[in-house]
Amino acid sequence: MSTAAAGHHDHDDHDHGPAKGWTRWLYTTNHKDIGTLYLLFALVMFFIGGGMALIIRAELFQPGLQLVDPLFFNSMTTMHALVMIFGVVMPAFVGLANWMIPMMIGGPDMALPRLNNWSFWIMPFAFLLLLSTLFMEGGGPAGGWTLYAPLSLQGGNSFAFVIFSIHFMGISSVMGSINIVATIFNMRAPGMSLMQMPLFVWTWLITAYLLIAVIPVLAGAVTMLLTDRFFGTSFFNAAGGGDPVMYQHIFWFFGHPEVYILILPAFGIISSIIPTFARKPLFGYASMVYATASIAFLSFIVWAHHMFTVGMPLAGEMFFMFATMMISVPTGVKVFNWIATMWRGSMTFETPMLFAIGFLVMFTIGGLSGLMLAITPADIQYHDTYFVVAHFHYVLVPGAIYSIMAATYYWMPKWTGNMYDEKWGKIHFWVSTVFLNVLFFPMHFVGLAGMPRRIPDYNLQFADWNAVATIGAFGFGFSQLIFVWVIYKCIKGGEKATDEVWEGADGLEWTVPSPAPYHTFEKPPAQYS
Amino acid sequence: MSSPSSYYIPHEAKWPIVGSIALFAFFAGFASLLNGGSWIVMAIGAALLVYMMVRWFGQVIAESENGQYSAQVDVSFRMSMMWFIFSEVMFFGAFFGALFYARTFSGPWLSGMGEGGAAATNAVLWSGFDYVWPNNGPEKLGGAYDAMHWFPLPVLNTLILLTSGVTCTIAHHAIKHGDRAKMVRWLLATCALGFFFVIMQAVEYYEAYAHLNLKMSTGIYGSTFFMLTGFHGFHVCMGAIILLIVMLRGTRKHFSATNHFAFEAAAWYWHFVDVVWLGLFIFVYIL
Amino acid sequence: MSLISRVFLVAILSLTGLAARADINMPVGVTPISKEVFGLHMLIFWICCVIGVLVFGVMFYSMFKHRKSKGAVAADFHESTVVEIIWTAVPLVILIAMAIPAAKTLIAMEDTSDAEVTVKITGYQWKWHYEYLDSGINYYSSLDAEHNAARQVGSGIDVGQFENYLKEVDNPLVLPVGKKVRFLHTSADVIHSWWVPDLAVKKDAIPGFINENWALIEEPGTYRGKCTELCGRDHGFMPVVVEALPADEYDAWVAENAPVEEVQVTESASATAVASVDDDREWNMEELVAAGEGVYVTHCASCHQADGAGLAGAFPAITGSAIATGDHAAHIDIVYAGKTGTAMAAFADRLSNSDMAAVLTYQRNALGNSVGDVIQPSAIKALR
Ligand code: HEA
Ligand code: HEA
Ligand code: HEC
Ligand code: CUA
Ligand SMILES: [Cu+2]
Repeated sequence: MSTAAAGHHDHDDHDHGPAKGWTRWLYTTNHKDIGTLYLLFALVMFFIGGGMALIIRAELFQPGLQLVDPLFFNSMTTMHALVMIFGVVMPAFVGLANWMIPMMIGGPDMALPRLNNWSFWIMPFAFLLLLSTLFMEGGGPAGGWTLYAPLSLQGGNSFAFVIFSIHFMGISSVMGSINIVATIFNMRAPGMSLMQMPLFVWTWLITAYLLIAVIPVLAGAVTMLLTDRFFGTSFFNAAGGGDPVMYQHIFWFFGHPEVYILILPAFGIISSIIPTFARKPLFGYASMVYATASIAFLSFIVWAHHMFTVGMPLAGEMFFMFATMMISVPTGVKVFNWIATMWRGSMTFETPMLFAIGFLVMFTIGGLSGLMLAITPADIQYHDTYFVVAHFHYVLVPGAIYSIMAATYYWMPKWTGNMYDEKWGKIHFWVSTVFLNVLFFPMHFVGLAGMPRRIPDYNLQFADWNAVATIGAFGFGFSQLIFVWVIYKCIKGGEKATDEVWEGADGLEWTVPSPAPYHTFEKPPAQYS
Repeated sequence: MSSPSSYYIPHEAKWPIVGSIALFAFFAGFASLLNGGSWIVMAIGAALLVYMMVRWFGQVIAESENGQYSAQVDVSFRMSMMWFIFSEVMFFGAFFGALFYARTFSGPWLSGMGEGGAAATNAVLWSGFDYVWPNNGPEKLGGAYDAMHWFPLPVLNTLILLTSGVTCTIAHHAIKHGDRAKMVRWLLATCALGFFFVIMQAVEYYEAYAHLNLKMSTGIYGSTFFMLTGFHGFHVCMGAIILLIVMLRGTRKHFSATNHFAFEAAAWYWHFVDVVWLGLFIFVYIL
Repeated sequence: MSLISRVFLVAILSLTGLAARADINMPVGVTPISKEVFGLHMLIFWICCVIGVLVFGVMFYSMFKHRKSKGAVAADFHESTVVEIIWTAVPLVILIAMAIPAAKTLIAMEDTSDAEVTVKITGYQWKWHYEYLDSGINYYSSLDAEHNAARQVGSGIDVGQFENYLKEVDNPLVLPVGKKVRFLHTSADVIHSWWVPDLAVKKDAIPGFINENWALIEEPGTYRGKCTELCGRDHGFMPVVVEALPADEYDAWVAENAPVEEVQVTESASATAVASVDDDREWNMEELVAAGEGVYVTHCASCHQADGAGLAGAFPAITGSAIATGDHAAHIDIVYAGKTGTAMAAFADRLSNSDMAAVLTYQRNALGNSVGDVIQPSAIKALR
């Protein structure tokens, strides 16, 4: 068999550039093409989800209902979250994984290239299905992204479409994750041990396991919703012996690991960038790996911290409080390791580093407010207020989104062969960061002062801070046009990038030419064998 | 680990996009059907999906038989199958979780056992409700019913599946020794047992609906019973079809003592289905 | 108390004073629990601030000192088991220090024993129903009508004129000061959550289950809160108002409002209720339509809209509805029994026979419909 294989690969594997014409993108099996598709998809969705956020913020600019019906407002909240989580952060991370993992481990491509193509090409269709519900009679889903029963069961025609779009995206995520696991275990350069892998690869490996473990659970949860609505089951109906709270348990068994799915790859990105610009090796590589694994493990046993007001038995509340607090320890280890990496380095502050530092500071703020939420008696006051909204936007926007932007600036020269415009990159960072805090910081205040989340209208007491937040939102939203502009310019041309691009960069991806050739490691890299 | 000079990387994949369109049509069609629309779009989607799978797998089989795949590709396939099965385990986990939750938490709470508001729940909302498993809730949704007894059908089904596990293993040993004909014979037996299981399951469902008044709408008991056994039955169907295809490939002289990944994948899947059944038998029927 | 801890305490308290501004911080509240929770909140807040200052301090120091433009040369260290152990252990200790007071407060919060007054609170889309289990008083509480008019899209009414915009109800929950009150939370449709920040009481109302918690109010006053679990279209318009009266005034209020005899069905407390009228009497159309309008506005208009036009796709129009202009049986059934799986709830327990007959007749002969027939209370009575 192997002889036959040798006979084939000559004309099959090598000397292939990208195919001509637009079908290149439709049929491609190349990890770089697919990575590009994922990243562009995420960028488009970011503007769609962001546009929805701007509708939310515009309605909240002043007390009183000015613009939209409350039902439409609720569906904006729901869709905004679904689009941002499933359509922006997850695909962007998968796109980065596609581009970088094969290069970082010295492999020729992803392990299952055709499946890879399918994983991507499901996404546009799944979102077509989801977004189409906005145009249905009765509008899109309006029960919050958590789709709690029994409210979500009241959804109109959109309900079944939403459930199936979640199944659809789930298929993509699970296939994508399986592919990543197989790639990492099976495609590494000969001689590269697991503990020699870059942290981005490690964090993605662990993320992939989280995805494989929890996406099917979400599929199960929404399937039960579907049968409760259409087939007469009573999983979430007390009259038949079920329990609406059971939905929440199953959902959050998925949902909490999900939020770490949205942050672990970010940790990997930051662990690549900070050493480069500190010109110093990452501090505590091994403990970074163990910390990531601990976070992933703990994420399975803390889900009910989203449910402190549902009336759990006392022992349950205690357990989930303590377990949740524990997550701060490994996360703290990561933060300290990054700072120790910067300590006595020789730092410069190009755009990727700025975004990485922005991540570090603001993610920590979000993490600390998360810790406050973990304290059950206090969470009973915080729960379902804007304090929670502030918490998760601090970990998601300057957390997940900033890491994606940092990664884009960091690796874009390798992708395109051109340097991006450093001046505009820096402007993008500073404008974003200022507006971002104007946008989300006041949410802590109104939340503590008693403003519930998911409401289209509020008491005058909250008016000032909401107006401020809305100004921040429009500022932040429109500054993202700078990002698009910088990317566009960089693809079109610019100063040629060197192979190493960054002075302090370390890793296999910097040993290949810029732009990276269509097939990177046709021969395994030498340094590990 | 990677030795790229022998790694097979296909360069064009036309089936995935067909698969996406098929799934889109299937899901959108199914949703419209549930909203009272017609079933046609869904059927088209399903047909296209089957067609896509036949062609895609056909291509993979051809490549495999041409010897385009290296040992490394084989490992990739194996890992994928393993983790795919793990994801299936988690999917069933959600439904088992629902069963455990309903039995150990919500059921007793509704009948007033436990801390917090449980006593009041029973006294104020559902007074007189007594919880025993199986149960269809305080409002007895679906009306009076009889529970599905573990004897005789489920026991028979257990025996069928356990036997099919054995026949499957015999077939595996056969192909490992290069005895393709024997493999085909034992696979035939395995498939037959699989389909027999599905038929018995259908008989059981008929019994439930026709004589026990046990339906999907029979409260939480009916819900968990039919969802767990139903999804399992669906997986048995799939597994049996996969085994059938493997068997047919065997009759076409596919597979050798060293190269029979498709067989092994099917066998793993079959064993997984088997193990799930044991869980079902214990937690759904006996306990 | 050692000097250090005393200094620490004084520092905390003075900073707490600064932070206790109602517009940007949690209210201290008026119950022992709310005060404890506030203290806990401030404690963890300041701990987080200290951690933040230390962590960011080190980081910014390093960013300032160890930059290339200042000629910093990178060191090469990348491991130290000792510091790794330290920065694992120290946070752990801090966490334990936070967990102990938290656990104590939590245990106190869950102890609902020895309550003197028990109120059952039921969430509806989108109003609350209060039922005093001891005295039998019960009534609905929903958003004040003026606020409700002002909050409609394009109402043209300046919401700035209402001091407590969206935090005013028709019938507040009246509670005694100085007595332990136990709340039983449940819901009739979807999940709601009853929250009054000043009482530190927030509990989800789960349909089919009852959750408990309690409050001991220490000062008379009016305390305002909101529904905090997304419960559909008008989730934002479901306020909670608690009026805490001194014990004697509370007793007087109870004496005045306690129902004289057993009530059989929960009667509507709306001003237009026509509950006392005999169900067996024949009513004429004018009476029914007149009574029905009030019932419609209180119970139905939030979904089907005041003009009966509904909201396309979500809530069907009553105007021209096949059901509301068709057969009596189907019309009665959808209101009496509701429709499972939709927001249309069963009104059998919420409306008296005459109220239901009135609203049905109203729907048939108003809102642009003119079927011209009546549904008598006796027809509803026959179903019970
Ligand atoms: C990227 C996503 C992300 C991340 C990383 C986190 C991280 C954390 N989250 Fe968050 N969370 C969300 C996304 C995320 N969360 C979302 C989306 C929701 C709302 C969902 C919804 O309802 O819609 C939510 C809601 C949420 C709740 C529920 C609130 C409520 O609804 O009432 C809670 C409660 O415990 C919580 C806690 C935490 C904790 C303890 C962490 C920890 O992991 C944080 C750990 C980090 C640190 C603590 C900072 C760094 C550490 C140090 C500097 C060391 C020193 C520290 C100590 C000594 C303690 N989160
Ligand atoms: C990764 C996830 C993510 C991200 C990135 C964001 C980003 C933002 N979010 Fe979101 N958000 C969530 C996840 C996220 N959010 C979740 C999970 C919820 C909870 C939902 C629920 O309760 O169910 C939530 C809820 C939520 C709320 C509370 C809604 C409510 O409770 O009713 C608000 C309110 O301000 C908000 C605002 C914003 C804003 C202003 C941004 C900004 O960062 C967005 C930046 C804006 C842009 C990038 C837009 C750019 C647009 C233009 C320049 C205009 C041109 C437009 C087009 C071309 C279309 N979000
Ligand atoms: C919480 C929202 C809500 C409230 C309050 C409500 N309804 Fe409904 N109603 C609905 C919904 C949703 C439907 C559609 C049910 C369906 O899908 O068939 C409906 C359907 C109806 C219909 C049938 C209309 C048709 O043509 O299908 C009638 C009649 C009706 N309601 C009467 C009432 C009356 C009378 C009241 C008050 C006493 C009321 N409703 C209160 C949500 C509500
Ligand atoms: Cu009731 Cu929100
Ligand atoms: Cu969580």
